[in-house]
Amino acid sequence: MEAISKNISRRNFIKFSSLTGAALTLGLYSQAAGKEAEIITPEAAENLGIEMNAWITIDTNGKVTITNHRSEMGQGSFQSVPQMIAEELEVNLSDINIVFAQGNNAKYGSQITGGSSTIRGTYKKLLKLSATAREMLIEAASKKWNVSKAECYAEGGRVIHKSSGKKFHYGELVQEASKLEAPKNVKLKLPEEYKIIRKPLPRQDTPLKTNGTAIFGLDKKLPGMLYAVVERNPRFQGKVKSFDDTETKKVPGVKHVLPVKMSVFNTFREGVAVVADTLWAAMQGRKVLKVEWDDSGFEHLSTEQLYARMSDALKSENTLSVRTKGNAEGIYQKSENKIEATYETPYESHACMEPLNCIANYQDDKLEIWGPIQGPDWVQDFLSPLLGLPKEKITVNMTFLGGGFGRKAFMDYPHEAAVISKEIKAPVQVVWTREDDTTQGPFRPGMMYHCKGSVNANGNIESYSMRTAGQNMDHQWPNADKKSYNGSATEGFLETYFNSLQHYSFSDSPLDVPIPVMWWRSVYASTNAFAMESFMDELAAKAGKDPLDFRRPHLHDGRYHDLINKLEEVSGWKNRKKGEGYGVAIAESFSSIVGEVVKVSKKPDGKVKIDKVWAVMDCGWYVNPDIIKAQIEGSIIMGLGAAVTHATHFKDGKAVEQNFNTYKIPRITDTPDIEVHIMENDEKAGGVGEPSLPPFAPALTNAIFDLTSKRIRKLPFNLEEV
Amino acid sequence: MASLTLKINNKTHTVDVDPKMPLLWAIRDVVGLTGTKYGCGIAQCGACTVHLAGTPVRSCSIPVSAAANKDIVTIEGLSSDNSHPVQQAWIAEQVPQCGYCQSGQIMAATALLKKTPNPTDKDIDTAMQGHICRCGTYPRIRKAIKAASQLMNQKASIK
Repeated sequence: MEAISKNISRRNFIKFSSLTGAALTLGLYSQAAGKEAEIITPEAAENLGIEMNAWITIDTNGKVTITNHRSEMGQGSFQSVPQMIAEELEVNLSDINIVFAQGNNAKYGSQITGGSSTIRGTYKKLLKLSATAREMLIEAASKKWNVSKAECYAEGGRVIHKSSGKKFHYGELVQEASKLEAPKNVKLKLPEEYKIIRKPLPRQDTPLKTNGTAIFGLDKKLPGMLYAVVERNPRFQGKVKSFDDTETKKVPGVKHVLPVKMSVFNTFREGVAVVADTLWAAMQGRKVLKVEWDDSGFEHLSTEQLYARMSDALKSENTLSVRTKGNAEGIYQKSENKIEATYETPYESHACMEPLNCIANYQDDKLEIWGPIQGPDWVQDFLSPLLGLPKEKITVNMTFLGGGFGRKAFMDYPHEAAVISKEIKAPVQVVWTREDDTTQGPFRPGMMYHCKGSVNANGNIESYSMRTAGQNMDHQWPNADKKSYNGSATEGFLETYFNSLQHYSFSDSPLDVPIPVMWWRSVYASTNAFAMESFMDELAAKAGKDPLDFRRPHLHDGRYHDLINKLEEVSGWKNRKKGEGYGVAIAESFSSIVGEVVKVSKKPDGKVKIDKVWAVMDCGWYVNPDIIKAQIEGSIIMGLGAAVTHATHFKDGKAVEQNFNTYKIPRITDTPDIEVHIMENDEKAGGVGEPSLPPFAPALTNAIFDLTSKRIRKLPFNLEEV
Repeated sequence: MASLTLKINNKTHTVDVDPKMPLLWAIRDVVGLTGTKYGCGIAQCGACTVHLAGTPVRSCSIPVSAAANKDIVTIEGLSSDNSHPVQQAWIAEQVPQCGYCQSGQIMAATALLKKTPNPTDKDIDTAMQGHICRCGTYPRIRKAIKAASQLMNQKASIK
């Protein structure tokens, strides 16, 4: 353990520029849109006139440095990206350095950590890149020994000559290897040959997170750095009319007070920044700052008004068709065996444990940013036109993220930090208090759904319709086409259902209101699945069928049958006892399918408790089963929060819940027993960080229905009051 | 402003600060030990937990003046090489995801095990329910506390 932690403590500080001597560096050239990435050497990169990315660099001492181009916000990219590379490169994970890439999508392709895309979006390229490097090292060794390549193999950072047992470590081969042309078609290992991939290996970042040495955004310091907090208008589109900083300027340590604007979609969030030599001084200065707001020209909405509008939208004639087949409405109207139901899900704050923060240093027409950032390349692209700086003049560094969940993919907080630094001509760290973080959004949009469906004489689904009302995140951008439908309105629905159903209709009635909304772990699937899988359960009840069996005729693919069978087996579904409520939900998002069964029962006082959750994940090809297990456990607990413990409400245009005393995150005492199973198959890789969240809420409410015959259609609900 | 003596992890620091400044900010921004985290500022989440005279406290809600001249232990003081049984158990059970809350969780678990070497699930609930983890690492926290308890008992029996 000691060796690991020593090794790791250096990792964050290694820069490529400090590598001396020759190095074998390999990267991907993927600038041409739609073109399969090519593996290139630095020489080839120079000929093409592009800057080389260095996913893998091996120096003459044999030290391997792997770049993690995505952010590490808890989901495990810091482990899973190197774990993939180490497999095909044939190096030991304990012998490598891991560095975070800076923002640069010309080099790395998209770096946005979102859509559960880190593995599924890059694994094929990275495996090939790693295997290519390995083959070049083997070839270099074979040349040095003057033997054929077939007589050599790679293992543990060395190339070995089979018959003689002679060895070169990679460092001894890099000079030779770097002169070779990258082979075009390397053979990748079969899953049964894996030694590193598919193993529950401990995360490389764990030791940094148990002794306080992991550097999160808030922990980063620059010489001469000042701290800023910002009093922002609590109404999302309000302006600063005037401010009085007389008392603020008397607080020892306060250096500057200035109005500030940051770009939030199609508008600007306005506030007044207090900059001081300590964060505490800045906070004290903010307390005595007096700001007068101009809140004219936009609506000050309450939760009740928002949902009344959604309810109206669901009833109106105007709706945008998203995906349809057959004649769902006609069949429904004629059917005698039909039901309809309306579901409601809340607005939510992301509530990352690390509140938003960002360091900016704007000097000499150059900007450097450090922070907990999900999309470093997005920050460059976003700030460049806003600040009138070419992208090359904007450097974005990622720290570890204390949670992200979508919120830290947004670029408002780096923008605000940049504006303040430019104004005060000094490096500054802008820190959002918990209250700022909880109340300012962007939030997960609240949604309402209206479902209609009918079953035929065999008890199978005959028609299925779902209409969605809620804010469309895409409609917030400047010049957005507000007539466009929400393409994610079907997210969460099993692909196989679309094939099996003859008549379905999905439509969207977008809500146009001035509340900023944003991705929240599993995005629209996090709310859609509650309606979809609750309604599936209602249809099963209407058909008089077991909820698992009811789904079976609608699964036109062995993969789904395997999952449902596994779910039935591990949960003991068929052996349910009296006094136990079982509920199932299955959702598909980010190319993975997750089924969950929740078991509930009554406590002696008659209140419902959650006894157990079984989750079966089919994410196809995967890297680290223990990280997957952790992501499922975490997703279920976050889903539990949005189902029963927290929601963001609005009153008079402001968010009501401000801190953890009212925005109640699940605690250890709320946590049920969770059992996780991962399907083994040959499917392509799907997402892991998000897809386990959507099925939890409907599985829970379906279980409560099974136990109590009470149908819950609105989240969150109080478990104590069921 | 006042000149105060802080005894953090067996090291003495003289700090010149507003005596009302919460201990958290003195530890992080003045002394420069950033392992202790800011989460809520109102003693609701536990991310800022340190030991003050042997007791786990929320450093966000204690003025620095109240901690002067008393023994303070932060995550950095547990061990820098992860040799403390609670840290070892946290690594063995692979508890952290984002890791932001874990310093506070570990300090709370350490205090629990010092007082209650063989905690029941109920003891764990009571000691840990003041700590929020948004990543939802609670099942592993529970396992790790039990594993740490075993490790500590083994060590004690060897001695």
